[in-house]
Amino acid sequence: MFTPDRSKYPEIVDGKAVIDLDSGKYLKLWQGPQHPGVTGNMSLELIVCGDEVVDCKTHVGYLHRGFEKLMERRKFIQNFPIVCRICVPEPDTNEYLYAAAVEEVAGIKIPEQAKWLRTLNMEMSRLTSYLMWIGGHAGAFGLGPIGQWAVTHRDYMLDLFEEWTGGRVYHMYMIPGGVRNILPDGFDRRLEDTLQKIEKLMSEIEKVMLNNAVFKMRAVGLGIITKDMIDRYGVVGPIARAAGMKRDVRKNSPYLMYEHLDFDIITGTKSDAYERLLVRFREMFQSIDLIRQIMKYIDNSKNIHTKLPNVLHWKIPAGETYVKAESTRGEYGYFVVTDGSELPRRVYVRGPSYSHAVALLEDLIINVNIADVAGLMTSLHTYPPEIER
Amino acid sequence: MTKETKHNPSILENNGLPEFERDYFCDARPEQSRPLAKYIEKFLNWARANSLWLLGFGTGCGAVELRPLMTARYDMYRYGIAPRPTPRQSSVFIIGGYASVKTTKRIIRSYEQMQQPKFVIALGSCPINGGMYWDSYNTINRIDHYIPVDVYIAGCMPRPESIIAGFDLLKKLIKEGQAEGANKYIENLDWYKANQKKIIKDWNMPDYNW
Amino acid sequence: MKEIIQRLKQQFTISNVNQQRVDLTFLSVKKEQAVSLISYLRDFEKFSHLVFLTAVDRVEDIQFQLTYMLHNYNTHQDLGIRVLIDREKAEMASIHHLWKQAGTYQRELKEMFGIDFPGSPRVDESFILEGWDNIPPMRRDFDTKKYSEETYFPRPGRESHDPESYMKSKLYPEGDA
Repeated sequence: MFTPDRSKYPEIVDGKAVIDLDSGKYLKLWQGPQHPGVTGNMSLELIVCGDEVVDCKTHVGYLHRGFEKLMERRKFIQNFPIVCRICVPEPDTNEYLYAAAVEEVAGIKIPEQAKWLRTLNMEMSRLTSYLMWIGGHAGAFGLGPIGQWAVTHRDYMLDLFEEWTGGRVYHMYMIPGGVRNILPDGFDRRLEDTLQKIEKLMSEIEKVMLNNAVFKMRAVGLGIITKDMIDRYGVVGPIARAAGMKRDVRKNSPYLMYEHLDFDIITGTKSDAYERLLVRFREMFQSIDLIRQIMKYIDNSKNIHTKLPNVLHWKIPAGETYVKAESTRGEYGYFVVTDGSELPRRVYVRGPSYSHAVALLEDLIINVNIADVAGLMTSLHTYPPEIER
Repeated sequence: MTKETKHNPSILENNGLPEFERDYFCDARPEQSRPLAKYIEKFLNWARANSLWLLGFGTGCGAVELRPLMTARYDMYRYGIAPRPTPRQSSVFIIGGYASVKTTKRIIRSYEQMQQPKFVIALGSCPINGGMYWDSYNTINRIDHYIPVDVYIAGCMPRPESIIAGFDLLKKLIKEGQAEGANKYIENLDWYKANQKKIIKDWNMPDYNW
Repeated sequence: MKEIIQRLKQQFTISNVNQQRVDLTFLSVKKEQAVSLISYLRDFEKFSHLVFLTAVDRVEDIQFQLTYMLHNYNTHQDLGIRVLIDREKAEMASIHHLWKQAGTYQRELKEMFGIDFPGSPRVDESFILEGWDNIPPMRRDFDTKKYSEETYFPRPGRESHDPESYMKSKLYPEGDA
């Protein structure tokens, strides 16, 4: 076991490390934005002592497109194709939340079948996003082949999405008032085939990654989040669940059709990078199970869309609401304010990475080895576009 | 920097840097690369076209389709294309979708650090005309005003197949000796620099990042 | 939720209570009482999670509306607290001592709306933008289209039509249908 020499670390005054860069003990090191080990396009300004991080500042904003401003000058229906661009690996959460928020303020009820199709879409996109994540997480620890397998299997899911919605990455499927189309013929069979492929892949990942000695040595004990940190840092999602918190929006405040489905909140206890991987790994199996449950309720003969007023002049009465859903990274929310005109007054997107990647990461990263920084970031599943939007 | 060199057109001024840092950076102007004798150049172009090393810098959402391209299903290695972690080793820069102002600064820096021969592929509609974000205050509308582009691949997002088709086109252009973006950049360096400095308000890097 | 509102009313002047959903309530409070109300909710009513903090530009009233969204994990209730502050001298007391991530929200509000939070950590550093020298972009009087056209060399050829008349002329060229 490695025991670092604590005498070389900076002095702590008022809870803050005193770092004098001119002393020659410390080195300022940028990780990102052009770096293969960062998640997405963000950067970390690290101060390292030896090979351990003693201070960190997160820099975001490289992907800022000003969505919230753009949405204020587009009509309600024009906004629906741009919201999915906020989160690339999992766009459906954005689509659903925008549609749900608009429907709630406008007082529109959608048919039950549309809700089932939305639930199916959300679960499939959760599985897709987790597949991409597990590939990246394995890659950050040097397990390249898992990235090759997982991204390929994600692609099989994207094929299904493409067949169903017409879009490969951005589906633009859940429009205000319902969904766009029904499932194509034979979709259930092809979906089942893909799910079986993924189950087989998961059993292989379990052998190669979860039982890999090197991976275990690096991930166990990396980035431990204690229970009292959960509320102080606003930690949500699988990270909070890995610390033993029973917090899942799907169960706690059920939306869509989740109350009719049979599932439990998966929790862990140790709250390190390895435990978070285990929680997410079991949630992938849970997602597969949920997709199978949902497919029993899909009936292509039923109505899937409510008739809307003329969407080009669709005025929505003044109001405000906040809707939320469970994404792969935790509670995702849309806060929509309308003022009775054709344009939304304010749309605020609450992404879970907002607190994970800035406040939490900056404190968790202290005393982490430089080589494990990428692994820590992927284990928090930080995703920059939802921070800066 | 002494006074006489200030008027020398072959030396860059590096005005954005503080005085004490100017010594660290090279202030020579880049030069165009001249083609060699006909058959040698043809052979070199063939060699260049068949080993394209791309810079692994996911500048926007286009990077999400590079992952399937890199991995087993579409497998770009079979075309001699491989990702590299640093600009110094790579020859193809893929602009993955929209570029915000903050990223544009890093794009310029990474692009200039790449050694010749170097080529740029712009992915998606956003670098062409702004795409979905044409009226956004933080994304640029035309990437070809800031760095030269050899091949555009339209779409939002372009599928991996179309990216492969884009690489095919790039190979064809290189073999014909038409992928001259890097030389164009050096020829019109002042125009590019003026455009870049118009949007990057805090220019704190050398005028050319050698 | 009603009992909580009753208890709050004994200590604070709250108004505009609006139950949007079973699990979502909005209320307004005066600027001076906001931080003590939020501390009270966090410490005594178990609203332990700060979901987000954001602003809405009410330019016609010369005001900003700040919304603090709190969540109670025991009853699974969301509570939105609206605070109106002056737009000309936009300043608000910081809550970074209550939640760590609040500092990040306040940094963003300072940059995107120009609302100052004195004492909040690193509030004056730029968060998203770099070298921005215009008015804060999320304010309603900032015109993003005009700024983009002046700054970013729009490629000619982009046309925009009024969707209604354009679709009519495309779908029914011979006249009304």
